[in-house]
Amino acid sequence: MNTPAHDYQLSQLDLLEAEAIYIMREVVAEFERPVLLFSGGKDSIVMLKLAEKAFYPARIPFAVMHVDTGHNFDEVLALRDQRVAELKVQLIVASVQEAIDAGTVHEPKDGTRNRIQTPVLLDALDKHRFTAIFGGARRDEDKARAKERIFSFRDEFGQWDPKNQRPELWNLYNGRIHTGESIRVFPLSNWTELDIWHYIKREEIELPSIYYAHEREVFDRDGMLFAVHEMKQPKPDEEVFTAMVRYRTVGDASLTAAVRSEADTVDLVIDEVASTRVTERGATRGDDKFSEAAMEDRKREGYF
Amino acid sequence: MMDILRFATAGSVDDGKSTLIGRLLYDTKTVFQDQIDAVEKVSHDRGDDYVDLALLTDGLRAEREQGITIDVAYRYFATPNRKFIIADTPGHIQYTRNMVTGASTADLALVLVDARKGLVEQSRRHAFLASLLQVPHLVLVVNKMDLVDYSQEVYENIREEFTQFAAKLRLPDLTVMPVSALKGDNVVTRSENMPWYDGPSLLHHLENVHVASDRNLIDVRFPVQYVIRPQSDEWHDYRGYAGQVLGGILKKGDEVMVLPSGYTSKILSVETADGEVDEAYPPMSVTVRLEDEIDVSRGDMICRPNNQPNVAQDLDAMICWMDESAPMRLGGKYSIKHTTRTARTIVKGLQYRLDVNTLHRDEEANELSLNEIGRVRLRTTVPLMADDYSRNRNTGGFVLVDEATNRTVAAGMITEAS
Ligand SMILES: Nc1nc2c(ncn2[C@@H]2O[C@H](COP(=O)(O)OP(=O)(O)OP(=O)(O)O)[C@@H](O)[C@H]2O)c(=O)[nH]1
Ligand SMILES: [Mg+2]
Repeated sequence: MNTPAHDYQLSQLDLLEAEAIYIMREVVAEFERPVLLFSGGKDSIVMLKLAEKAFYPARIPFAVMHVDTGHNFDEVLALRDQRVAELKVQLIVASVQEAIDAGTVHEPKDGTRNRIQTPVLLDALDKHRFTAIFGGARRDEDKARAKERIFSFRDEFGQWDPKNQRPELWNLYNGRIHTGESIRVFPLSNWTELDIWHYIKREEIELPSIYYAHEREVFDRDGMLFAVHEMKQPKPDEEVFTAMVRYRTVGDASLTAAVRSEADTVDLVIDEVASTRVTERGATRGDDKFSEAAMEDRKREGYF
Repeated sequence: MMDILRFATAGSVDDGKSTLIGRLLYDTKTVFQDQIDAVEKVSHDRGDDYVDLALLTDGLRAEREQGITIDVAYRYFATPNRKFIIADTPGHIQYTRNMVTGASTADLALVLVDARKGLVEQSRRHAFLASLLQVPHLVLVVNKMDLVDYSQEVYENIREEFTQFAAKLRLPDLTVMPVSALKGDNVVTRSENMPWYDGPSLLHHLENVHVASDRNLIDVRFPVQYVIRPQSDEWHDYRGYAGQVLGGILKKGDEVMVLPSGYTSKILSVETADGEVDEAYPPMSVTVRLEDEIDVSRGDMICRPNNQPNVAQDLDAMICWMDESAPMRLGGKYSIKHTTRTARTIVKGLQYRLDVNTLHRDEEANELSLNEIGRVRLRTTVPLMADDYSRNRNTGGFVLVDEATNRTVAAGMITEAS
């Protein structure tokens, strides 16, 4: 918290922080079994930082869960494990690979695992009987996310019904549910990508190095730069070359593209994000390009 | 320092709310190229004559199919001194509760009217709701001026009619402006098509409207949200009351009272994870520690002994009913959520139902159905620490939840607590 100004005004980062902390405390006060989704990506790292602050000097009073598609960046997993150890929180890994091996989900022919994440997530929530699930989604990411409440009610199938959301007034969040139902909670709803970066700078938050510019072997597919990965091999006509890139988002390594960038410090990233003309999902997510309403459809099925 | 202005759109269906927000985002160059491409493609595929900027906020499949807004879209943009959080709300009467959701946290409401149609019932309803929710600043936006040849006379007539209606409402700050959301007149820059208008553009107004003084810095209100008690050797005796300041300024050494118990103590420290702070004020999330070991738990309210909220089980309140499955009935029992406290409540009386068009009070009414507004008397199972909504939106507002369906069925604004 910065030193208070004389006119008792909070800066926008302080306002966003205060709101997120308030939301997290509400959840812990009202739900028996909350869990925080933690992938090691920038939004979930910021969310975990806010959780640390919200309950300080006590430990974070809930577990974190990673829905692991098995297609990971090593740097991201390493930071995930580092944060978990520092904060002494319990990490639950819901493994897509294990679900494939067990035959509960089937790997699509193209090898992309985004869609089959949803049943794995839902199974894990069921198994651990989690009733409130913190997600790091932001409303500025996508037009369907822009429509979602901070407390997003999900039925017993984990489904979102965008035409029938609960009214949400002032700072009063209705978390009442029946057995089997759950609430997805989005403390970062009102943050933008730029806010996240300003906060990372202010709080000196460590991120996986791939968020900063580095040299990498990539190939160009549909205008997006993909790293050569065991699950993402170039086609014969796709040339592999070395470029300065960074990742704006980090998801499934076989689906997430890098962007050309020279920004190798947090200040340079802030400048870059402030002047970019493309949304982070538009620039980096193969999965959202398929249809106009890709995100809405996946959310209806129980995705974040 | 960069601050935040939250604003919400309001007004009847098709009056151009989403188009206006689209225009604002587009002309401030805050829409990303891939979003523009996507919107152009949809417009083109549908055979529209021009790019439908409403698609920038109407993000649901059903909204795009029907060409209307169904639920609030939140959008963000910033100019050098301000970050804006926009709630673009639906005009359709069926979705009034979503408008109420968007307006409840707004510092400013933009009520749009179509210049060709003038004020319609829904414009009055939304202006009334904005005043009921006490959104501190209201702008009447007379839109579609391009369709009335930018006529000053049309504008003045609407302005006159609205001003008369507004005189009956509680609107602390009213501004009126003529725009064309479609063409961009007076949205980001002042229009050359309306030389007779000498006010600011909409963006200029949004950037300059003064919102700092809208908070209550006088009445100390700190509802305890959660008790922090680390189970660790290092912090063995630590006991902190976490919460968000809803009013006033809290400082170390201040004498405080905890309600409803009435115990008094002094503030030992006001803390965040970053250390002690000198002062806490709205809407900071902090942890307060007290000098004495007294019984304090979630739902209690910390205030000053000489400035207390009402500790009340009987409440008079304005209610906006939001549930289509059942009306509010006399004798109905609900769960009530107010600050960090949850109780049960029974509807003891319905003084009147309001006709939003004429503001006539129907005292014969004995129920409120979807979207209806009335004044009720409630009795709660345990006391609530409440202020009049006009003094503090956060200690004067509550919601009712149906205990069987768990739906949020009403928004309430306390007018008197005893
Ligand atoms: N000529 C003209 N048309 C406009 C203007 N503003 C909006 N429109 C048109 O009016 C229609 C409705 O616009 P929307 O922006 O969807 O209206 P809305 O108020 O958001 O409607 P709901 O959200 O469903 O209540 C669209 O066809 C717009 O292109 C304007 O200034 N001039
Ligand atoms: Mg609209």
